[in-house]
Amino acid sequence: MNIAVCIKQVPATESKIKPAADGLDIDRTGLSYVVNPYDEFGVEEALKIKEQLDTGTVTVITIGPEKAVEALRTCLAVGADEAIHIKDDALTGGDALCTARVLAAALKKGNYDLIFFGRQAIDDDSGAVGIHVAELLGLPHVAGINKFELNADGLKAVAHRQIEGAAEVVEARLPAIFTCQKELNEPRYASLPGIMKAKQKPMTVWSLADLDLSAEDVGASAAKVKLEKITSPPVREAGKTIDGDTAHAVSELVRLLHEEAKVL
Amino acid sequence: MSDKFDVAIVGAGPAGSAAALTLAREGLSVVVFERGEFPGAKNMFGGVLYTTILNKLVPNFWEEAPVERQIVKRRFGLLSEKSEAAFEFRCEDYNAAPPYNQSFSALRARFDPWLAKKAEEAGALIIPETVVDDLIWEGDKVCGVKARREGGDILADVVIAADGVNSFLAKKAGLRKEFKWNVLAVAAKEVIGLPREVIEDRFGLEGDEGVAMEFFADSVAGMVGGGFIYTNKETLSVGIACSIDAFIGKKIVPNDLLERFKKHPSIRRLIRKGETLEYSGHMIPEGGFNQVPQILTDGLLLAGDAAHLVNASLYHEGTNLAMASGLYAAEAIIEAKKKGDFSKQGLKSYQEKLECSFVMKDLKKYQKVEAWAHANPKFFTEYPDLLLDLIKDYFTISEKPKQTIQENLYKKFRTHLSPLRAMIEINKLRKTFL
Repeated sequence: MNIAVCIKQVPATESKIKPAADGLDIDRTGLSYVVNPYDEFGVEEALKIKEQLDTGTVTVITIGPEKAVEALRTCLAVGADEAIHIKDDALTGGDALCTARVLAAALKKGNYDLIFFGRQAIDDDSGAVGIHVAELLGLPHVAGINKFELNADGLKAVAHRQIEGAAEVVEARLPAIFTCQKELNEPRYASLPGIMKAKQKPMTVWSLADLDLSAEDVGASAAKVKLEKITSPPVREAGKTIDGDTAHAVSELVRLLHEEAKVL
Repeated sequence: MSDKFDVAIVGAGPAGSAAALTLAREGLSVVVFERGEFPGAKNMFGGVLYTTILNKLVPNFWEEAPVERQIVKRRFGLLSEKSEAAFEFRCEDYNAAPPYNQSFSALRARFDPWLAKKAEEAGALIIPETVVDDLIWEGDKVCGVKARREGGDILADVVIAADGVNSFLAKKAGLRKEFKWNVLAVAAKEVIGLPREVIEDRFGLEGDEGVAMEFFADSVAGMVGGGFIYTNKETLSVGIACSIDAFIGKKIVPNDLLERFKKHPSIRRLIRKGETLEYSGHMIPEGGFNQVPQILTDGLLLAGDAAHLVNASLYHEGTNLAMASGLYAAEAIIEAKKKGDFSKQGLKSYQEKLECSFVMKDLKKYQKVEAWAHANPKFFTEYPDLLLDLIKDYFTISEKPKQTIQENLYKKFRTHLSPLRAMIEINKLRKTFL
């Protein structure tokens, strides 16, 4: 079984985020990066299926700058077999649909039976790319799965989704796309031999031209959604302390609630 | 894992990376384990990097290394509760051309990853987020390490323990004893952000010039140690570093001492309106020459803080010594490989190289600093207070005749210290530090 997992490199969860000077991105100086945690569930699930069937390949695919190669190596270290890195400056300014077009083109080049995504990337939280790719490829799509089982014949899969107060059990014919929610599994740590072998595993690098795409298809000009501005949430003002003896403090508090806060 | 490496290095700080870079360039197979998320993630120093060895490792390093400012000005301040007297030196010669005076402010979270990357580009395999728990022995010889990961046993001809001040490997190998509290210092530091122009105006700097400022006596509540401010491009490194037994004696925690330091009138004005971006703490091996453990045994070398290589005099030199020890360890291993002898005997040129270089010579020269500091608490409390008090009296304007002021001043001095005692104390200070 050929399994693809689309992953994204995102700033580590503990990062201190602030807007960049131009307000169109976050300030990336000094940030450390990780594989999007939801994508890690996808990688783990793919590895488990491969181990269960004792055959197949797991391919991890990402779009991103040079640095994104680290995320792919992390996935190779835990056991993925090959990696595809799509990078092209023309991709700057695209939206989720642009990203989906690129990934759809890349996925079309492989013959995948099963495709996993994270349910959303924790940086932009759009949660749209997996769904868009399914639409573009005309594949079934099950969102936010927390349990996955392959049928014995390998032609269908059953996935569970958590919905309000219940679990929804969905069957889909393969090839299909599943986006992964937490509780699906417990991603493994890389073994030392795994980390060492990861350096030798195949890493394919594609530009837009390799995918027969151009900036008009997937770049800023093709975006249907344009990022206007990134701003910090408003800073909470410090509280006010009223000093003095209790009797005075209480009357002062009442006065402030009445005159300044205007709640009395 | 059946693969065997020529060298396994534990710790991707300056010692480990300097060794890895040198070994990899010679074509040896090298693996480096780093417990932090990335090299440098767990490391810190005050802030001034001396670069004599770095310039050998990476000639013209300043063109690419993430250093902050060249240090053209040094300042040593003596604080009392309300006063400060300082000695300041700046020289245009320190500002002429790279590598300037081989001193730069730097941030280790940026510098260490860069140096590790150089080693990686030269062919070393760097494995972060991996703790090494133990050594693997073959009889009396170290022949590998046990990393805390599945399949983590790695064999190597030689292991370099560059695993920092707390070196568990040095301890496991029986090369060092437990520390006493007086040979270790604890540092607490904040990186405080300020606009570039503010830093340059406030500290009298132009372009990428920087200043190293150190503050003693009341800056750290009279404890053995000091406070510091080093200027980076758009941040200040602000911190304190004092002997652990001083913290225990004063019953004060490092963070509180740092807060106290930041509130001192002399310091407050230098950091005002700054935004604290990072906070870190670390131990410093300040025992000097007498604390250097046995630095090698069969198949194992210690480098950097693990070998207690810090010059705790006014130079505060540690990172440079770490890189030097990494370089010499690598050179010794390269020689040992040619002979095919990785025993203590085969590796002993490491010891010789350290002893013939500034590393051990400097540690030897300043070997009395630590003992002097602990035996002379008055130099951190009473004497600075007296000196500052006298200077204050001297400059205090009143209608008293200056002659009277100066006579009173001398009387005050005499009640605290006899001229003979002062001579003896000054001589001891000179012998220890100069």
